[in-house]
Amino acid sequence: MMRSMTFRKAKNYLMSLTMLACTLAVLIPLGLIFFHIVKMGLSSLSLDFFTQIPKPTGEAGGGVANGMFGSLIMIAGASVIGLPIGILGAIYLSEFGGSKMSTTIRFAADVLSGTPSIITGMVAYTLLVVPMKGFSSLAGSVALAMIMIPIVLRTTEEQLKMVPGSLREASLALGVPFWRTSLKVTLRSAFSGVLTGILLSVARVAGETAPLLFTALGNQFWSKNILEPMAALPLQIFSFAIAPYEDWHRLAWAGALVLVTVMFALSLTARYFGRSRHAR
Amino acid sequence: MEIDIGSSCRASETETNVESATTKREEPAGAKKLNGDSVFRYLTTLFAFSILAILALMLYEMTGESMPAIKAFGWKFVKSSDWDAVQETFGALPYLYGSVVSSVFALLLATPLSIGAALFITEIAPGRLGSIVAPLVELLAAIPSVIYGLWGVLVMAPWLQTTVQPFLIEHFGFIPLFEGAPYGVSMLAAIFILMIMVVPIITSITREVLLAVPQSQKEAAIALGATRWETIKMAILPYGKSGIMGAAILGLGRAIGETMAVTMVIGNAPNISLSLLSPAYTMPSVIANEFAETTSKLHAAALMEIGLILMVVTLIVNALARLLIWSVSESAKGGAA
Repeated sequence: MMRSMTFRKAKNYLMSLTMLACTLAVLIPLGLIFFHIVKMGLSSLSLDFFTQIPKPTGEAGGGVANGMFGSLIMIAGASVIGLPIGILGAIYLSEFGGSKMSTTIRFAADVLSGTPSIITGMVAYTLLVVPMKGFSSLAGSVALAMIMIPIVLRTTEEQLKMVPGSLREASLALGVPFWRTSLKVTLRSAFSGVLTGILLSVARVAGETAPLLFTALGNQFWSKNILEPMAALPLQIFSFAIAPYEDWHRLAWAGALVLVTVMFALSLTARYFGRSRHAR
Repeated sequence: MEIDIGSSCRASETETNVESATTKREEPAGAKKLNGDSVFRYLTTLFAFSILAILALMLYEMTGESMPAIKAFGWKFVKSSDWDAVQETFGALPYLYGSVVSSVFALLLATPLSIGAALFITEIAPGRLGSIVAPLVELLAAIPSVIYGLWGVLVMAPWLQTTVQPFLIEHFGFIPLFEGAPYGVSMLAAIFILMIMVVPIITSITREVLLAVPQSQKEAAIALGATRWETIKMAILPYGKSGIMGAAILGLGRAIGETMAVTMVIGNAPNISLSLLSPAYTMPSVIANEFAETTSKLHAAALMEIGLILMVVTLIVNALARLLIWSVSESAKGGAA
């Protein structure tokens, strides 16, 4: 049945408006979150925030220097463990892998990256915290690495696949062994794309809280030993937010602002590298 | 593109070629110069397979650690709502219930919004606008859950308590869903925060799926005189259906496993209540709250079993979602070839 043109046009208009409304409904809460983080965060930031450790309950002031330090250490640890596995695994997938095995590994990586992050915390707890008889930032790094690996693996693989085969062949034809070709030609040509993946994975783990709950545990004080419990910025935001003190809430907002700023800076840098590659 | 072929070439004079390297695979590691290729091959293979090993290890550890609870309670574990660390009886029903209700409601709210937004970005919005909104949505998917939780507990929950919940109680209080007192932190708060969190994920994946719809499909509909909405309804949505479903299921997986934000706003009370206004508890939340300070081996095992259930459920959900999304991108590739 043919409906009248006016009716069809009206319906088209109405549905377009509905879709616009959906988009607004998606963006408004997110805009609000942003607004509150910036507003509350800016008013709570101070020099102390970056140089002091948290004050005991009830005392005003204090900062999260130990948490930021701890986060850096744990992210560095996770990178040391996770990046080689992710990148070399990706080289296997793109350069060697038989199709069936690669599909299985790819699928496992996708499933792994969808596993709730608290599970990686539980696994790191049974593997490291229980045998070593204590919470440690090392266990935290391992838990974070388990989150990093599938992200790095998948993005690196995609970038390596985009390197033209002729480039590899040119190198091989000159007598360069395959392993050197992979590392010095293939991986290097894809470098900016690989870096994008690395930055995105760092941005992802920088905000992870759940895997650290029973691994790094958190610490009110300075700790520089990776075999001891260590503070981390996301953990501090969590404990400050659920505490009933106005002053701690302010610290949590400031922490959120710092965390979001760092993550957006990482994402934007990653985007920049990703884009410059395609533009070339 | 600059490649330092000169130095690679010089270096390669000390290496043998690919052929002889692979035939000398049995040489000991000391002869590294000769079989760099096979060492490299083994090394990358090892790292690639470690992904499978990690997944297997996770399942093995979780199963092993939860064995005491599985043996002690059997099926009663998922049927009973007795959770008493002192009496050492553990039943996880309230947590299962809380997880299912919060994620299903969140998904029901988020999916239509996400599809609408993705359609708007890809089909309706004038070029420039769409290319601004799309990266914005993706950036928002990267915000850590603890920050959603912070906003949820300090801004959204008080607002729910003073505005939304009293309104619901006054006007819809006769429906069991909206009975009770306004607590702020509640199942409703968890549903809202989960909705806000999964919307960017579903939107960005739906957008990718919609972009994979071949141009010829749309052009065919437009050539028949279809309006924009009719094109969407007849050509685009049917083509991307399974991919969009995959996106929604992926959102479900994320919602079920979401820990921090939910823990901060749901109130953490193991109730099974029809009312969305009362506090509840979810599987990840009880793990987050109790795991670091378990009172007994059995308590830890019970929490591990909850983790195991959580892992198996998200595994199934994610595998399903990936298959659906892959089916669309594969068929798009096939269509292009």
